[in-house]
Parts: sequence; C-alpha cells; structure tokens
Amino acid sequence: MSIVVEVEGLHKAYGPVRAVDGVSFTVEQGEVFGMVGPNGAGKTTTIECVEGLRRADAGRVQVLGLDPRSDRQALAERIGIQLQQASLPARLRVGEALTLFGSLYQKTSSPRDLVERLGLSDKWSAPVAKLSGGQRQRLFIALALVNQPELVFLDELTTGLDPQARRSMWDLVREVRQQGRTVLLTTHFMEEAERLCDRVAILDHGKIVALDRPEALVRSLGVESRIVFTVAGDARDLPLASLAGVQRVEASGERVIVHGSGDQFVSRVVSALEANRIAFRDLRTEQPTLEDVFLSLTGREMRE
Amino acid sequence: MRGFTNLTMASFKLYLREPIAAFFTMAFPALMLILFGSIYGNEPSPMFGGHGTMDVSMPNYTGLILGTVGLLSIPITTAGYRELGVLRRFRATPMRPLTYIAADVCTNLLMTIVGMLLLLAMGWALYRVQFEGRIVSYLAAVVLGCLAMFSLGYVIASLAPGARMAQVVGMVIFYPMLFLSGAGMPIEILPESVRKISAFLPLTYAVNLLRGMWFGEAWSAHLKDVAVLAVMIVVVGGVAARVFRWE
Repeated sequence: MSIVVEVEGLHKAYGPVRAVDGVSFTVEQGEVFGMVGPNGAGKTTTIECVEGLRRADAGRVQVLGLDPRSDRQALAERIGIQLQQASLPARLRVGEALTLFGSLYQKTSSPRDLVERLGLSDKWSAPVAKLSGGQRQRLFIALALVNQPELVFLDELTTGLDPQARRSMWDLVREVRQQGRTVLLTTHFMEEAERLCDRVAILDHGKIVALDRPEALVRSLGVESRIVFTVAGDARDLPLASLAGVQRVEASGERVIVHGSGDQFVSRVVSALEANRIAFRDLRTEQPTLEDVFLSLTGREMRE
Repeated sequence: MRGFTNLTMASFKLYLREPIAAFFTMAFPALMLILFGSIYGNEPSPMFGGHGTMDVSMPNYTGLILGTVGLLSIPITTAGYRELGVLRRFRATPMRPLTYIAADVCTNLLMTIVGMLLLLAMGWALYRVQFEGRIVSYLAAVVLGCLAMFSLGYVIASLAPGARMAQVVGMVIFYPMLFLSGAGMPIEILPESVRKISAFLPLTYAVNLLRGMWFGEAWSAHLKDVAVLAVMIVVVGGVAARVFRWE
C-alpha cells in the first residue's frame, strides 16, 4: 500500500486559539480515512492544510508526493475538493458549472456522465439557486470529481442534509472508493464515520486522541455492549451475572439488560440462557459506537 | 487559456442574467439619455462649442457606465462572491489567481462596451448624435478609464467586509462622481466653485478623455487625463493586487 497523504506534527493557531496542535497521520491509497470530532476540533483546518488552501504554522505535509503549498497547481490537478463552505453564483446552471470547472483542469470527466452518475440529469439546466440541499451537495461532489482525482477531500459532506439525502451521499462515497480513489473526509457524525471509513482519527481540541479502524477503536476501549431481551415470568435471579465478560445485569419485570464486553459476550449469554432452558424473545444487542468511544476518551458527549 | 475564455463567457452570461447589474449598465444610461434628451434636445449649443447636449452626453454617459461597473458592480459582485464562498470554490482548482482576475476584468470590460454600444445606438436612433473621433482612440480611452475605475472597485471589494458594505462604500464614492465628474450631467452647467471638487474625482479625468476622443481631439491635448488614469491604474491597481482577499 502506498501512502497518499503524510502529515507530521501539524500546528496551526488563530491568535491564541490552537486550532491544530500537533496532528500526525498517514492516509493509504484506496482507503476512506475519516477525521471525526465535535465542531471546532480542528478537522477543517487540518484538511485545508492538506489541500494546500491554508498555510500551517509548523509541521510537514506531503500529498501524492507533493508539497501542498509550493506545488499547489500540480497538486490541484490531481485532487478533488468538496469544501465545507463554498457556493456558486446563484444563476449559474448545473451543466454550465460542470463544463466551466472541467475546463479548468487538464484531465476531465464528461459533465453529462457526471450528472448521470450523481442523479442530477434532469437538473442540467437548473440554476444552482433552485437546487435542494441534497442536490446542491451532489453538484459539489460532481465538481470534486470533475478532474478524475486520485484523492478526494470531503469536508462535512452531509451536514444540513436530511437522513435520506445523507444515506445517498454515503452510497456515493462508497462508489468513489470502489473506483479506486482515496477519500479523506471529515464529519461530526460518528455514525457516518463508522459506516464509511476504513480508518478513523478522532480529534478533540486540535489533537488526535485515537486513530484506528472503527471496530478496533470500539473494541480496544473495552466499552461495554448491551444485550436486551424479554423473558416469560420473573426475570430476577437469572444465572448470568457470574458469566465471564458480564459486568452487570439489570432486570425489571420481564425485561433484562445485560451489560458486558468481550468477543464472546453475546454467545455466552445466549448459551447460558439455552442451557438453563430459559425462554427469551425480542433479543437485540446494542453495540457500543464511536459515540461511546468519544465519550470514554474525552469524558464529554459529542454534540451535534 | 481555455479556463480564462470559459470563465469570461460564463461570467458574461451571468451578468446578463443579473437584472440589477444589467439594468445599471444598460438601462440606466439609456433612461438618462431619454430624460435629458427630452429636456435639452440636441440643438447645437454655444456652451458645448457648437455641439448638441446629446452629442456631449454620449462620452459623458459612457463615463457613467464605467463608473457604475467599476464602483458598484465590481465591488458588490466580488465582495459577494467572497462572502458566499464562490471565490473559495475557484481557489480549490488549479486556476491561477491572476487568471480569475483577468477573466473578471475582461467580463466587466465587455459589459461596459456592450452597455456603451447600446447607448450609442439609442443616441444615434433618437438624436442622430455625431461621432467625430477615431474608433480606436475612443476604445483606448474606454479601456484606460475602465482599468482605472475597476482598480478602485477591487480595492473597495477587498476592504469591505461583505457585499452590503461594499455596496454602501461604492455608492458613497460613486454618487458624488455621478454629479460632479461630468458623467451624469455636463460639467459646463456646474458652477465654478463646484468644479474645483471635480478635479479630485478620478472619473472626471476619464470623462474628460472620453469627450476629447469622441470629438477627435489629439491625445497630446489630454496628457493630464492620461497621466492621472495611468497613475491610478499603477498605484490603485497595485493596492488592489496587494489587498485582494479570496476569503
């Protein structure tokens, strides 16, 4: 696997505020790498330093073997950028925007194919101002893909979108990845990071507090899972508390919640129930999420 | 180069779709023409050396157009694009910043010329205005005047925090020029004391040069106008390049 992005000891301050305070990470070719964290954690500043739009105070950044500041032009040809805050002239039409931006690059995709792929075909002649939030975001992704980039930056891709539009953005990102492009994205939705990213860096106060595959992050912290089920009859005195991996059993009426962790936690509980011939129904497991990881790392809730 | 051409063409189309901008560059001078034409007509007048009021108004209103574009259109659009993040989006492409500015200057120049042609066509249709100069000289005066006024426009755009403020500042600078530079009304009808103020307004020199070139006067008779405009282009243009902000 070759390395596409290399960031080492990145620092950036705005006045007294240390927006990025010693961030280091690498992104490998073909992966979806996510930076997650609350607003103000330093995600956008980091990504903009990598894109070459912002000058870092200190640290080393290399992207596709280039220096984002001194080789800006050459790098811009090979990357696609979806900015968190950007817009187009209100009266510019979708087709015109894609044709115009395509003409700014040496290598381009056909605008017609792009609108087709992004489900904007019937909006070809629509002015930008008349697009819905989701359509607008699709257009901005199309602009980010117009030069067939090797590396795509997506900054807060789904902020402000409704759940359905968000899901369809996720499908788009997966498609971009399948085409062999590397994706570096930021989000403050933990669920988004969990679903899309091969690896995730959790940022807080300008520092990376954890970096790994989402499942590994969840597992490594030993954050507990929950098994919830209903039994017929009294739920007290179930022989579960003594099982390996079980931390706590909560029972109220017929409802049981078992807290625990470990790889075999669920199977142990289920086999114990079966061995004791206890009938259960409506069993579901609640896996810890990155949300829980963030909470346990920082002691704070992620707020949207 | 392809980027420059496409951006210029796209911006030009956008300009035409922007009703307010199009109104001020095209309809407003035409309205002035009709209004003052109906008051004064175009009879030869000793005040204008035997030319009619409308003959004189052609270069004046051309100056009005370039003042409008430079001091209102450019600051409002550029500051607005910056505020909304349009400039950011362009910056994320390999396009060189200079290409963007060049295309923008070109678009506005085109707009000014289109507005001017419309004005001249109306002037000819309604009042048979007489052009006595050389087309090349007149166009050169237009370009010179444009570059000077546009430089000022980009400075306003960069210093103003947003589009609204850019509009206010543009208007504060534009309105005195409209009345006192000879663009909105012939400078001859202003009292002597007011004309002293005119000498401080850059548009005055543009209008003066345009009038000279309209009536076929020699460039040598307008060295002062050319010098003032050239200094403005260099100095104010230099400032504009220094203070230009993408975000």
